[in-house]
Amino acid sequence: MLLTVDRLEKSFGDGAARQRVLQGVSLSLEAGESLAVTGESGSGKSTLLHLIGLLDQPDAGTITLKGEVISELDEAGRAARRRDTIGLVFQQFNLVPSITVAGNLALQARLAKTHDPAWIETLAERLGLTDYLARYPEQLSGGQQQRVAVGRALATRPALLLADEPTGNLDEDTTQDVLALMLELCSDSGTALVMATHSQAAAKQLTRHEHLTGGMLS
Amino acid sequence: MTLTALIALLSHWRRKPGQLATLIIGLGLATALWTSVQAINAEARASYDEASATLGGGTVMVLTAADGRIPVSTWSRLRRDGWAATPVIEGEFIAGRERFTLRGIEPLSAPGGEAAIAPGDQALGLAFLTAPGLLLVAPESVEALRAMDGLPPVEASAAVARGEIITDIAVAARLLGRGDQIDAILVDTSARSGLTPLDQLVPELERRTGTSNGEVAQLTGSFHLNLTAFGFLSFAVGLFIVYAAIGLAFEQRRATLRTLRALGTPVWSIMAALILEALALALLAGAIGVVLGYVVASALLPGVAATLRGLYGASVSGALAVRPEWWVSGFAIAVLGALAATALSIRRAATLPLLASAQPRAWALASARRFVQQAMVAGGLLLIAALIPQFFSGIIAGFALLACLLVGAAVILPPALALVLHLIQRIARGPIAEWFLADTRQQLPGLSLALMALMLALATNIGVGTMVSSFRLTFEGWLDQRLAAELYVTTSDEAQSEQIRQWLEPRTDAVLPIWNADTEIAGRPGEVYGVIDHATYRDNWPLLTATEDAWDVIAAGDGVLVNEQSWRTLGLSLGDPVELDSGSPLTLVGVYSDYGNPNAQAIIGLDALTARYGETVSRLRYGLRLAPEEVATLSEALQAEFDLPANGVIDQASIKAFSLAVFERTFAVTAALNVLTLSVAAFAMFASLLTLASMRLPQLAPVWALGLSRASLARLELLRASVLALLTWLIALPTGLILAWVLLAVVNVEAFGWRLPMHVFPLDWLILAGLAVLAALIAALLPARSLIKRPPREFLQIFAQER
Repeated sequence: MLLTVDRLEKSFGDGAARQRVLQGVSLSLEAGESLAVTGESGSGKSTLLHLIGLLDQPDAGTITLKGEVISELDEAGRAARRRDTIGLVFQQFNLVPSITVAGNLALQARLAKTHDPAWIETLAERLGLTDYLARYPEQLSGGQQQRVAVGRALATRPALLLADEPTGNLDEDTTQDVLALMLELCSDSGTALVMATHSQAAAKQLTRHEHLTGGMLS
Repeated sequence: MTLTALIALLSHWRRKPGQLATLIIGLGLATALWTSVQAINAEARASYDEASATLGGGTVMVLTAADGRIPVSTWSRLRRDGWAATPVIEGEFIAGRERFTLRGIEPLSAPGGEAAIAPGDQALGLAFLTAPGLLLVAPESVEALRAMDGLPPVEASAAVARGEIITDIAVAARLLGRGDQIDAILVDTSARSGLTPLDQLVPELERRTGTSNGEVAQLTGSFHLNLTAFGFLSFAVGLFIVYAAIGLAFEQRRATLRTLRALGTPVWSIMAALILEALALALLAGAIGVVLGYVVASALLPGVAATLRGLYGASVSGALAVRPEWWVSGFAIAVLGALAATALSIRRAATLPLLASAQPRAWALASARRFVQQAMVAGGLLLIAALIPQFFSGIIAGFALLACLLVGAAVILPPALALVLHLIQRIARGPIAEWFLADTRQQLPGLSLALMALMLALATNIGVGTMVSSFRLTFEGWLDQRLAAELYVTTSDEAQSEQIRQWLEPRTDAVLPIWNADTEIAGRPGEVYGVIDHATYRDNWPLLTATEDAWDVIAAGDGVLVNEQSWRTLGLSLGDPVELDSGSPLTLVGVYSDYGNPNAQAIIGLDALTARYGETVSRLRYGLRLAPEEVATLSEALQAEFDLPANGVIDQASIKAFSLAVFERTFAVTAALNVLTLSVAAFAMFASLLTLASMRLPQLAPVWALGLSRASLARLELLRASVLALLTWLIALPTGLILAWVLLAVVNVEAFGWRLPMHVFPLDWLILAGLAVLAALIAALLPARSLIKRPPREFLQIFAQER
């Protein structure tokens, strides 16, 4: 098993304002598998991905990745797993505006010291970014920027790709385009994918589908 | 990994070259001002050390004659006996409308030798030594002297202070009409084993120990501390620019930092990258700053050298050498400044929450809580400033007070401005006025650092300006009083002195002897003057405090007046006995102002002076009272009758002009640093407005969409800058006046020994207010212009995309 999430709990706020966002969520994922997590706004989809992506820490429960309980790692350990094992794609793209497309594509791989120029070139080609490598993010459309974000996340050949509403800012055609590319690349590289989305249509294209409601999977 | 993070962070500057330039220029300017002051101080210290080393560690004996003239043969006698001695001739020399101090030296035996004459220029050194000689002057005086006939060739030298001529002693003797007589002989007494003692060899000469290195350092210490404080203030103002630029860069790179963290870059790696970035920027800006500082210091040094010579008699080279101590200090302060300015950003980066909104926020949005905190800190600092004089004294306490006052006033500025804007907003009518005031308040945090820099510069300007103008006013009044005689005569020897006195008696209303002797006043080296009983003194002499019968007691030979410096230093009160080194103590009956003199001085009756000091009294000078319209005729007749040189007879107006010129020179450095600090503040304002302009679109786009044209918005931006500058000036005004009071009542007393009355100059304040608004308008002009030219699609993008 690549990923195991066991009875994960997370709350925000204190006292009367305390809001239990995740209430004992459990799931598991094999290598190369893809899982869509759907739910209404505020249902906890993003929180779940943040916890699995080690951007936040759970109140209770464990997360095991490649046999290692990563939810109990310290700050340095969490940073190292994010860098080496996990790829992240955000709704807002989160590209570095001051470096070129080529620089953004290679950024995480350089940080992880797994930079493979040939692989980056392949990614750029398959994502249709070859003509835009010298441009800056602000010179690209939203769809192109998201493709750069996908390429950056896959440049380290991560075991797990987490995509939080990756098509939330894109139109219908572009959504389809970006999603197809992401799935294809994950499949080719054996990367497991967990994608949070409010789009049922997008969710149906993944191998598995879970719905999050009231802080629990159903 | 750190390198990758560093490259990602540095890439920001490639996209924002203007911001990078702001940062580099800000840090460079700050470093330059600091370095220039350090360079000047280092040069002065080196000069003191050099003089000390050359002349045997400060063991210099100055030999003078009772009648003021020493035959050259006396110097030869000393040399033949093996003494390291050098002759000096000094006198005033008038060229056209300019008045110079002509100094004749013997280069082969002078401290520093030939190399000191024309550093690095052998040909010039040779010309100095050989006929017809050479006059070395400051570059700006060359033309005036070259226009005169009968002078040796004139060359410019950066090593010579303005108002001074250095030449070979033979040339000086000819120009000053001295024949084979010199004014003094400097003797190195450190190597005297086996030599005939001076009191046997030249018993006819008076011996006095020259100002040693330690004494010079002590005398000039306050002056250098003043300069250092100004340099540090300038640096602090410059640092505001750096802090603002780095703070802005942090906000603009907040998303990048968060992305780097999300991609797995450890916190330590990001902090290391930020520190490396700060160091790289500091080294670059430091290099620029050190070079700029050298240029500024080179321009200011001749004036400072002249000031130090005029005020303290300290000899400082007018040429600047590149010394490791100040360029290392320049780099060090640039690095420390950059790290200090980056510290907050580094701390923020370390605690940056990974999951906060990735949108760039408008540079530390203001919150009421933050303003309250600032007001509390400022209140604490101002309270400390108010308490310092109650518990501490001395120059360090004075500067501590100034630091608390200035920092407190700067910190209180943003909350005070927010409060004022809030109050205006409550009475404002109309939607545009309301939006304008609300938007101005929202912009305050972004502009606060620049406004604080402007406030500091304005307050300094008001404070130092008030101090200098008060000093000038007092000094001019003092000169008018003290230089009451219409004509001043200096004779060449005592025989001539007596002749001239007799010749003058029937031709003038009064002949006032200006006779003096070196003495010790309550153990401090100084000089004592004798005065006759004449209405001139009773009517004009500026007494700070005196007994009612002061002049009667002086005339009777029972009392003494001392100068303000001695009075304060010795802690004397009227009625106290004052010990002179000759005769019994005299009663203190008054205190007089004596600006520009660092030494102790006293006045007693003329008869008492001659009775106590006998042959050691110098009886060469007189002040003459006569009708002003007779001054020119008498002056010419006197010169013709006794063949006196032109500088032997000087009218009152010339002495006043000369004294005022010395005064202006003294504060030229202060004025220059003042202007530079104000310029740096204006640049800080410009930099902040320019960088903020790029972040202002989200606030401006909705108002634009609602019907305000880009031109209207631009006009409002200009109005905003003006209003903020004006409000800042309003707060700077009381701060500056308190600063002036501290400078006049605390720092000056400690540094120079005299306290000055404070005068206010409202017209200067209004001019400064105008300058502040003008600087703000100029600073806002470029951002406003770019706003007008900004294409509408950029406004539309605000609505179309996530920012």
